[in-house]
Amino acid sequence: MESIAEKQQEIIEEFSLFEDWMQRYEHMIDLGKSLPLIAEEYKTEDNIIKGCQSKVWVHATLEGDQLVFTADSDAIITKGIIAILIRVFSHQHPKAILDADTDFIDQIGLKEHLSPTRANGLVSMIKQLKMYAVAYQTQLN
Amino acid sequence: MFDLTKIRADFPILSRKVNGHPLVYFDNAATSQTPTPVIEVITDYYTRLNANIHRGVHTLSQEATEAYEAARATVQHHFNAAQAHEIILTAGTTESINLIASGYTSLLTKNDDLLISALEHHSNIVPWQMLCERTGAQLKVIPMTEKGTLDMDAFTNLLSSKTALVFVNHVSNALGTVNPIEQIIRQAHEVGAEVLIDGAQACPHIKPDVQALDVDYYVTSAHKLCGPTGVGMLYGKEALLNKLPPYQGGGEMIATVTFEKTTYADLPHKFEAGTPNIAGGIAFGAALDYMNAIGFDQIAAYEAELLDYATKALKQIPGVRIYGEAEEKTAVLSFNVEGIHPYDIGSILDKMGIAVRTGHHCAQPIMDFYQIPGTVRASFSFYNTQEEIDRMVEALQKAILMLQ
Repeated sequence: MESIAEKQQEIIEEFSLFEDWMQRYEHMIDLGKSLPLIAEEYKTEDNIIKGCQSKVWVHATLEGDQLVFTADSDAIITKGIIAILIRVFSHQHPKAILDADTDFIDQIGLKEHLSPTRANGLVSMIKQLKMYAVAYQTQLN
Repeated sequence: MFDLTKIRADFPILSRKVNGHPLVYFDNAATSQTPTPVIEVITDYYTRLNANIHRGVHTLSQEATEAYEAARATVQHHFNAAQAHEIILTAGTTESINLIASGYTSLLTKNDDLLISALEHHSNIVPWQMLCERTGAQLKVIPMTEKGTLDMDAFTNLLSSKTALVFVNHVSNALGTVNPIEQIIRQAHEVGAEVLIDGAQACPHIKPDVQALDVDYYVTSAHKLCGPTGVGMLYGKEALLNKLPPYQGGGEMIATVTFEKTTYADLPHKFEAGTPNIAGGIAFGAALDYMNAIGFDQIAAYEAELLDYATKALKQIPGVRIYGEAEEKTAVLSFNVEGIHPYDIGSILDKMGIAVRTGHHCAQPIMDFYQIPGTVRASFSFYNTQEEIDRMVEALQKAILMLQ
């Protein structure tokens, strides 16, 4: 299994092929289409990530000692962002998720999604994924 | 004479680039941009005048006080208030509303009704809900129609001898609807109710005359009309303001203080505790001077042209639905494209240098009415151009191609 750092590197290389923001966004939208979708039964108010202008639902399950995420969003750019995050963090040990940094977002030219405006959800999404990791880390111990 | 080239040159921010494109600023309903004459007043204040006001015997303090009180007079004349002390300078619309809501705590009982409209900004909903919690008064809502206007028959039916206060915005921030406030004020007065009008969205486009309106309270913010953030006003009729208790305690608002008893200062100081936003207040006056020099009739006529042009252009795009189709509206265009989330459109437009607002615009009840998560809102000002609208339409078409 690839590590979080390896997956991040892979995504950085993928995005470096594009010359402008439009291609990067189109790629991100495509990635959104391959997002492992959350089951309808988990699309509840409780699973909505607070702090996003669009709705983002995330669900996590433990498979062995690895966390597996599914998600969905009603906005397709947001769906692309959560798809990238899940590609990096899914099928990893909770500890690895907690230890990981997320500098790669900056490196793939999506830095504007990191600004702390209220409209923005990326920071909240990362926080939520790490919260799941904290919860399941405790369960594993 | 409306000279667009000259006007645009007054706004330095309009020549900056965003994401490699010349900025197109269509988020004027959130905050307007600041012209050089207003920026210069702020710089001049800190360069030449800075001192605390109303107390100092020294020259700086006296000059700063004169400038601040001259600004109050400018605000008074702009809104045609009968007296300067009926103008309370506040931190903005939200503080003005909270000041009134706080003041009515001791004046209301559970037998009173408060009416608000379905078109309100959260800042004109939440303080009244809190007031109702404190007093037991009932909050009743004037419903809206599909076109985004108020249901005036329902309003008439809601009015009764129990109605104590009515709160309506002059213009809806989310939809641009101009509400029939003359009629609302007249009918409310007939049952003995008092009326507060939230003018935050109206004042950049319309010059209200508080005496002609016979309105009891009128509130607005400077930053919507070319002034700085953090300053605004509350107009209130003298007799009503005298009836209300002070809002915050502190310096400036007292006449005498002993540990046994404090007596309060007269209007407007009773409601202006602490050191105010002095530079902001002076700049508020300068902003009104700037806009009056252009002329509100000219501004309104030009913005109506922009709105008409943009509305026609957007209606050409398949799948576009415009929200807010009142006959009388300000230059606000709230819309969605079928099957696309407003957030996605806003993000793509930003990449092309176009600033619009997306989301619920702090008016969730309106979004619930239409059963939508939000809208894209383009709001125009007198310094915007038809070419900028063309750029938005072109960018929107690109965004739709990417997002559908």
